[in-house]
Amino acid sequence: MSSYQPIIGLEVHIELSTKSKMFCWCSADYFGTDPNTHTCPICLGLPGAMPKANELAIKFAQKLGLALNCQVQLSSKFDRKNYFYPDLAKGFQISQYDLPFSGKGHLEIDTSTGRRAIEITRAHLEEDTGKLTHAVVEGEKVTLIDFNRSGVPLMEVVSEPQMNSAEEAKTYAQKLQQIVRYLEISDADMEKGSMRIEPNVSLRKAGGKSLPGYKVELKNINSFKFAQAAIEYEIKRQAEILNRQEVPTQETRGWNEQKSQTISQRTKELAHDYRYFPEPDLVPFVFDQNYFDEIKRGIPELPDKKTERFIREYQLSAYDVEILTRDKNTANYFEEALRVGKKFEIPTKHIANVIINKKPDIEKVLPAELIEGIVSARKAASIGQDELERIMREVLDKNPKAIEDYKKGKENAIMFLTGQIVKAASGKVDAKKVTFLLKERLK
Amino acid sequence: MKVDVTELTIKSASDLLAKKQIKAKELTEAFLKRAYGLNKKLNCYITISADVAQKQAEKVDKLIADNQPVGPTLGIPIAVKDMFTTRGIKTTAASRVLENYMPVYDATVISRLKEANTIFIGKTNQDAWAHGASGENSDFGPTKNPYDLIRVPGGSSSGSAAALAASTCLAATGTDTGGSIRQPAAFCNLVGLKPTYGRVSRYGIIAMASSLDAIGHFTKTVYDNALILSATAGPDSFDATCVQGAASDYTQGIHGGVKGLKIGLPREYYENLDEKIKKTILTAVKKLEGLGAKIEEVSLPHTEYGVATYYIIQPSEVSANLARYDGIRFGRDRSKFGAEAKRRIILGTYALSAGYYDAFYLKAMKVRRLIREDFLKVFRGVDVTICPTSPTLPFCLGQKVNDPLAMYLSDIYTVTANLVGVPSLNIPCGFIGHLPVGMQIIGPDFSEKLLYQVGYAYEQETKWYERKPSLA
Amino acid sequence: MKNPKSAFRLETRSKRAIRNPKSVIDIDYVAKLANLPLTSSEKKTFEKQLKDVLGYVSKLQKVDTRKVEPIGHITGLVNVLREDKTRPSISQQEALANAPKTHNGFFEVDAIFEEE
Repeated sequence: MSSYQPIIGLEVHIELSTKSKMFCWCSADYFGTDPNTHTCPICLGLPGAMPKANELAIKFAQKLGLALNCQVQLSSKFDRKNYFYPDLAKGFQISQYDLPFSGKGHLEIDTSTGRRAIEITRAHLEEDTGKLTHAVVEGEKVTLIDFNRSGVPLMEVVSEPQMNSAEEAKTYAQKLQQIVRYLEISDADMEKGSMRIEPNVSLRKAGGKSLPGYKVELKNINSFKFAQAAIEYEIKRQAEILNRQEVPTQETRGWNEQKSQTISQRTKELAHDYRYFPEPDLVPFVFDQNYFDEIKRGIPELPDKKTERFIREYQLSAYDVEILTRDKNTANYFEEALRVGKKFEIPTKHIANVIINKKPDIEKVLPAELIEGIVSARKAASIGQDELERIMREVLDKNPKAIEDYKKGKENAIMFLTGQIVKAASGKVDAKKVTFLLKERLK
Repeated sequence: MKVDVTELTIKSASDLLAKKQIKAKELTEAFLKRAYGLNKKLNCYITISADVAQKQAEKVDKLIADNQPVGPTLGIPIAVKDMFTTRGIKTTAASRVLENYMPVYDATVISRLKEANTIFIGKTNQDAWAHGASGENSDFGPTKNPYDLIRVPGGSSSGSAAALAASTCLAATGTDTGGSIRQPAAFCNLVGLKPTYGRVSRYGIIAMASSLDAIGHFTKTVYDNALILSATAGPDSFDATCVQGAASDYTQGIHGGVKGLKIGLPREYYENLDEKIKKTILTAVKKLEGLGAKIEEVSLPHTEYGVATYYIIQPSEVSANLARYDGIRFGRDRSKFGAEAKRRIILGTYALSAGYYDAFYLKAMKVRRLIREDFLKVFRGVDVTICPTSPTLPFCLGQKVNDPLAMYLSDIYTVTANLVGVPSLNIPCGFIGHLPVGMQIIGPDFSEKLLYQVGYAYEQETKWYERKPSLA
Repeated sequence: MKNPKSAFRLETRSKRAIRNPKSVIDIDYVAKLANLPLTSSEKKTFEKQLKDVLGYVSKLQKVDTRKVEPIGHITGLVNVLREDKTRPSISQQEALANAPKTHNGFFEVDAIFEEE
């Protein structure tokens, strides 16, 4: 029995969340709509129709390229990729061949053996296809086609075959999803199909250097869990073949959820001669450094940077920070809560714990409301009357000007004094009560 | 009022309408009647859209009765090549594949012609998918030349040329990918324009070869031609290859004459030319010289590679453009393509396939640059060039159908303008026996006004358009 | 090229093609790529006619293009884009109007078997 090293590369497709489609004005927000209600002559490929490129989709594509440290391309174009399939309206897909919007880049992932950069081969932009469903109509097996998805902007991010386990491949895909969501260019939802991953898997003898002479592409994967399961299954399957001194067939296999197996998809074998040529209906693109600088300015702090900063700035554990930065909204929520909580001198760690453990619904509970909750929870442990009396006296003694201002009718002076007292009491006192007591005293 | 419709031009018909001497309805009926009558003889229409035409005419009459401003093409009956997508009027590209195809949208040019209140007499016959130089590749039978019924009217815009030459309309639209307007214009004694690539929107016109397709039209006179271009040209948000710039009146400056203009005669176009055709064209050139133009010989050395370059790029693009016809969303399945479409699909697929791309497509795109550079160089020295449109007179039906290469070589003088992108205007320059001869006036990018100016000056001296076919 | 072996095969074919394009038209392969059903007599006719045309176009090999860049878009236009705005789509009825077979708002074709 030999031992093998899995060689895994990933092709990831991401639907961009523009308002309109890639080459026409139809709404790209098609999920869950009636079939063939989001189409026009362009995305249906009607005779005579011509494409017109969506500026924002191109910017989104370039933004992701920059976030993945890709070489930017100062000149680019679209090409026709020719093949036949019933979900492909024009008989060709408008895609990019030799001048993709983004060239080589890399994405760092944490693996069991430490942090590693996975190289990105390229990231290009194309149009999505229609959607096929298989059905039985009047006793006949048929395929039904919905072109609502046809023409939705689709990015393809291709990695080098540099991952060596299903776990690593999953980590890579999740990291890519996280970045895409930080950039707000797609919801990258695997179940909805707005993110699709196609791993290619092969095995080489442990210690070997060259790439195996075959690879197996995996399709029909709609969750990270299935991706991992499919790759693991495939590693086992290929190892068994190799152990018999045979070579696995180069092919495409689909993940079958019911059987928990990958199954050969025998599509027509001629598929790979795509006869690319420049799309004559679209003119080329030229970009300069200023253009890319402008896009760069629009890129928010990305997960790696944010994690690093949170650890440094807030002295939180890597574990806590990982949870807080998993998505940008939680991270922003945390920082907003910190700002509000500062007034009440609530320790950072305490706020982090509440967010991590109590998991507030950040869509509904405002950060200020969260802090209010923390503060009132503290009231249980609030200071006694004597202590409060002492603090009030101290604060009033230090702020004669504020007292004078209040007596002259400046209402904010009382808020200022309240704040000072709450702060001096480390927040363990109800601000409304303090205001009331102050007003009584200063009558 | 009784008018002889064969004597009308757009300009004269427009005057009659404006002066309320004829109603659009009467004019339309007269042309429809003629179209129905002559279609049996010529097979120039696939669809005669009488209902649509009558409604449009009623609308025009109402506009005129209400004393609305009368545009230069208001109420003008035109014929439309069946490559143009027309909402609610069957559009077939003369192929069985689209025999019953009813578009749900209008091509941009069709919208503009509707806005200009022209009247659509019908959709014209053509070589299927615009593949051809004779009209014989139509799946609905060949069109005949009104000047000689045993001869072809040229192609691929065969029906448009024949319909207009037979006076069943006052203008006809066409597409020109390698000569498909200019060559039938030459064969039918008409003015035919292939505009600069990017001048007229291609949106909604069935694509043949997208980097070569130019959308133009036929008229009887140069002035009429400028009127139609004024309606069709201009930027279109639907066509990314259509250039910006405001709409223009292309009749402006048309009376400017040729005095002092430099006209180049590209040597390569005259070298192996039929003696009679050469003599006819040189006589026309002499006429222009007499009007004050300066004539000089120029050279376009890569001319001989035009057809070869064209017959790589064009079928390559055709193979992709015809891929959408799979019989799922519209039309019939791919087995219904005619022989010529199949031939070009195979040729183009082959030229683009793995291992051949560099030797064919890429090579052709390099030679295409050399051909364009030839033209740019020549236009630094002369204002326009004049050369033959067709190497032969209208040939007989059936003469070339079994020899595709011979048919492809009919395009020898016309394909270069498509490869280069520059505009070219065919104008009638005489007859040999009973058969018309045309010549091309070619200018630099976006020089249509200049081409009209030269064409108009010549036409005023010769008026070949007055010589009608006898179709009694 | 996915398979190094087939890349080698294509490379060889290409060299042969340039030398003598008349000898190497694999009409079955090309027809399959083009999704074009051809009868055997069509194949025969086309093969001959295509050889003629390829023989003719091979004259391009005489042109020295070593220092020539392939021409880009003939208009010289660049960066023609549209804003990310929507306009109404056509109706489902219009989308399906010309389809030979439809079912419940879908286009319908004979079953495509994806798995065996």
